[in-house]
Amino acid sequence: MSKFILDLIVIENRKLTDQYVLLILKSPEKLPEILPGQFAQVRVDGSSTTFLRRPISIHYIDYEKNELWFLIQVIGDGTYRLSQLKAGEFLNVILPLGNHFSVPKDYKASLLLIGGGCGVAPLLYLGANLKRRGFEVNFLLGARSATDILQKSEYDRYGNVYITTEDGSMGERGFVTAHSLLKSSNFDYIYTCGPTPMMKAVAAYAAKIKAICEVSLENTMACGIGACLCCVTDSTEGHVCVCTEGPVFNITKLKWQI
Amino acid sequence: MANLNINIGNLQLKNPVMTASGTFGYGIEYADFIDLSRIGGIFVKGTTIHERQGNPYPRMAETPSGMLNAVGLQNKGVDYFIEHIYPAIKDIDTNIIVNVSGSTVDEYIETAEKLNSLEKIPAIELNISCPNIKEGGMAFGTSCPAAAQVVKQVRRAYKNTLIVKLSPNVTDITEIARVVENEGADAVSLINTLLAMAINAESRKPILSTITGGLSGPAVKPIALRMVWQVAHSVRIPIIGLGGIMNATDAIEFMLAGASAIQIGTANFIDPTISVKLVDGINEYLSRHGFKSVSDIVGALDIS
Repeated sequence: MSKFILDLIVIENRKLTDQYVLLILKSPEKLPEILPGQFAQVRVDGSSTTFLRRPISIHYIDYEKNELWFLIQVIGDGTYRLSQLKAGEFLNVILPLGNHFSVPKDYKASLLLIGGGCGVAPLLYLGANLKRRGFEVNFLLGARSATDILQKSEYDRYGNVYITTEDGSMGERGFVTAHSLLKSSNFDYIYTCGPTPMMKAVAAYAAKIKAICEVSLENTMACGIGACLCCVTDSTEGHVCVCTEGPVFNITKLKWQI
Repeated sequence: MANLNINIGNLQLKNPVMTASGTFGYGIEYADFIDLSRIGGIFVKGTTIHERQGNPYPRMAETPSGMLNAVGLQNKGVDYFIEHIYPAIKDIDTNIIVNVSGSTVDEYIETAEKLNSLEKIPAIELNISCPNIKEGGMAFGTSCPAAAQVVKQVRRAYKNTLIVKLSPNVTDITEIARVVENEGADAVSLINTLLAMAINAESRKPILSTITGGLSGPAVKPIALRMVWQVAHSVRIPIIGLGGIMNATDAIEFMLAGASAIQIGTANFIDPTISVKLVDGINEYLSRHGFKSVSDIVGALDIS
């Protein structure tokens, strides 16, 4: 897939919580084909501490409106700058980068998309895409508390939404892997993105029930296009770049102790 | 349009803008963004005699004006390069230069010998300055006798243009530059990264798996510029300047300090099109100042 450098226009910067914003961006040119799981390298302008681009996953794409959504968690000065963008300003992005989540061959396959924290971001676009292809989609979203459950109404559009919060303020109390859904149902495919301990616990569950499991890694990156070799993960084929061989990996390719 | 041609030994450059090893892959990674034939040359990823997996993750730490890396020369080895990568890049209409590294003198020689036979590789860059490998690398570039030995042996084995990449992690870079010139190098490139460190105070741990790594980016530019200036006054062979170049003005400063050509490195990560912007920017500068040729600004610093 060809990669493009685009100046996107900020249509809306919606503050979701103290820590999260939703950036809705429009492309002056027709957006190229972007697959669920792919990401963009976003340039941060005007920061005295953030030098490199920030890899941000594609939260959603509306091809009819030529709009692209980023879900941004404010962590450092780079993401803070992104959270301060105003409507009408431009954001320079390189996309589409990386590989993508796979689509099951059997349209009757039962699917579960598990996200934690900001890791829920790529699952919206994935869920929308899978629903459009005729799959029944189940989302399991985890967060610390109810206020950190982001964009729930958007996920509701594309599938069944199950929630866990650590304080029990929404859905079931505890981590995603403790949700009763995992005991009552069986799944053929599990897609997950979020903190590494969560993804490892999900991978262990998937291995136990013999489901195919794809995880999306968030290693720190410099180039995002396979040139610098900074973002590697250890795989069955040795060190591979998360930006080009990933970010999505089938867990059988990773050397995780699960 | 000014004349942008520059010669480095027998190497003919259509312009002085080249991309630094380790920041530009094999060039093809950037083919979606720029016309690769517009730049003077591409220094491909550091290549060793055997495949290397490099260092464990994390290998990169961002700093306010640059980054640290500790990749550790991950590459599939020179035979893989010759069989699988060379055929895919040999017809790019620019100079493809292979950066060669090793743990022993014999490894440098063996790798250089294998590259001798490649028609479309007009030069190698001998990396005696990588700070991220346990054996060899920077050890050859921080001692005059060791630098002399490796350059002398590779010079015997390698027929085309031999560029030696110098380490800034020395007390006096001009001593190393002179030794390298005396042993037959056709040019020197400088600087490689500066040995540096980053710490996460919250976890009380080093950020890099290797604890220390190499600093690049605009943070190192003034040091690189000073070293190019010093080396330009110490050797007669051409200098390729690099270290923190972010725009055409930075590139011109290196040339005024004495570099015949430059490499753009870390900036490629932020703007994949930066190399061609430098070509245009240098051309614009030459026109604005009435220079007919880019060679007119090499070492043209006015210190009166």
